[in-house]
Amino acid sequence: MVIVRKSRGLGGRQPLAVLRRQQDAINNRLRKRINRAPSPILSRGVPWASIMLLGLVPFAPLFASAPIMPPLAFMALLAWRMLRPGMLPVWAGAPLGAFDDLYSGQPFGSAVLLWSLAMLAMELVDVRLRWRGFVQDWALAAALIAGYLVLATLVSNMAGGAAPLRTIVPQIALAVIAHPLVTRLVAAFDRLRLLPLRKIGQ
Amino acid sequence: MPPPNDRRPGFSRRAQLGIFTGYVAAIGGVLGGVVLIAIAVADPGSFAFLRRGANEIAAPAGTVSSAVRADSRGFFQRIGDYIDAGNTNAGLRREVAAARVQQVRNAALGEENRRLKALLGVVETTERPVVTTRLVASTSASTRRFAIIAAGYRQGVRVRMPVRGANGLVGRVLEVGPNTARVLLVTDPENVVPVRRASDGVAAFSEGRADGRLRLRLINFGINPLKRGDVFVTSGSGGIYRPGIPVAQVESLLADGAIARIVSDPAASEFVLVEPVYQELPDPAATPVLAASPAPAPPR
Repeated sequence: MVIVRKSRGLGGRQPLAVLRRQQDAINNRLRKRINRAPSPILSRGVPWASIMLLGLVPFAPLFASAPIMPPLAFMALLAWRMLRPGMLPVWAGAPLGAFDDLYSGQPFGSAVLLWSLAMLAMELVDVRLRWRGFVQDWALAAALIAGYLVLATLVSNMAGGAAPLRTIVPQIALAVIAHPLVTRLVAAFDRLRLLPLRKIGQ
Repeated sequence: MPPPNDRRPGFSRRAQLGIFTGYVAAIGGVLGGVVLIAIAVADPGSFAFLRRGANEIAAPAGTVSSAVRADSRGFFQRIGDYIDAGNTNAGLRREVAAARVQQVRNAALGEENRRLKALLGVVETTERPVVTTRLVASTSASTRRFAIIAAGYRQGVRVRMPVRGANGLVGRVLEVGPNTARVLLVTDPENVVPVRRASDGVAAFSEGRADGRLRLRLINFGINPLKRGDVFVTSGSGGIYRPGIPVAQVESLLADGAIARIVSDPAASEFVLVEPVYQELPDPAATPVLAASPAPAPPR
């Protein structure tokens, strides 16, 4: 004889054995967390790797004939810095910027300078504005992104370009709107970073 | 969000020094960036070797994504094709009938053209493209407009070679690696192309505006003879681009020229042709001799 119990889920009536098996599966998963820890490679490497991956956006299958793509790699750097302060060292802007310069089309050194400045600016802001909410973070990111794009245009104009600043107005607007989305993406990367993959003490 | 609590490392000398070193390194990054920019501004080609290596590594991903770009375009195109198949069929029938007449007329014109050219002694040059390749990347966030093609000096691509799509001019080769090359697109502000109006040869320079449009500057000042819809093609002066490649179509008029739309949007061209340089410049060392020789002696 099969004991039947009414469950509140979509399944309606389910045999008790099935329910017990589900409970066991959940317990197993929970039990596995006890002697597990995030893999050290992932937990240290994912922030760097994700920012570098977003620096490869020029190879993505979409071509824009005007600069309207938001600077995703820079925005990811800001988002990581805000989500996990102290995760990326203060000097991380220089090497990550050098990688971005290889593909971005800017004169080499532009992102090395501007990303380092942005990291230092974030340190200063952390000292002044200790408690921040979502809106303050967004406003801060908007200011940094706009400043970054304007300075990047000025630097590329120094090295042969001649783009008027009004060219990047739509790009700045798009980047400011996209910042929460990039933050969500970085949060997803953060979950990946903290997956309990390593066994401890066996 | 609460403030991070790692700011005060306590009495640990090592942690304090670590934070201090981090700041020193960050300021070093700022100074290093300034120096790198100064070098890059003084000599734009100075870091080309780094970019070449980086592009060689990343180009396979670009090749895949370039195929994806074309396929996704084709997918929606195909759905659209089913929807108005009947209209398209009728339209194509009409076009074929008109094209037959046009073809006969063209054959006659071609024959006449050949006779006239023979009369003038013009030598017909049929330029075969160096290589047909894919556009694998283009700058997205920067105001500079570069693209990467999946062919380099192993495939015969050299610096200065013009790159064109099916419809018109795309740009010219700027840096060449073994299997990739960087292309300066016509929409880049640094790219100046000598052009002429296709109908009557009014000469102008086109330069990029970094927003997907071109600025046409007329060489002769006076009353602006341009009209909306005028098509501009390369004029062949300067020696890089052979004459007659479509470049731009006038969109709005200015006092001394016009704003024009590019004919060949890089986003729409998966494959591009790399063509040989129209006329090679003489050796730079020989230039003074050449420049000096045609100057006539002043009459006394």
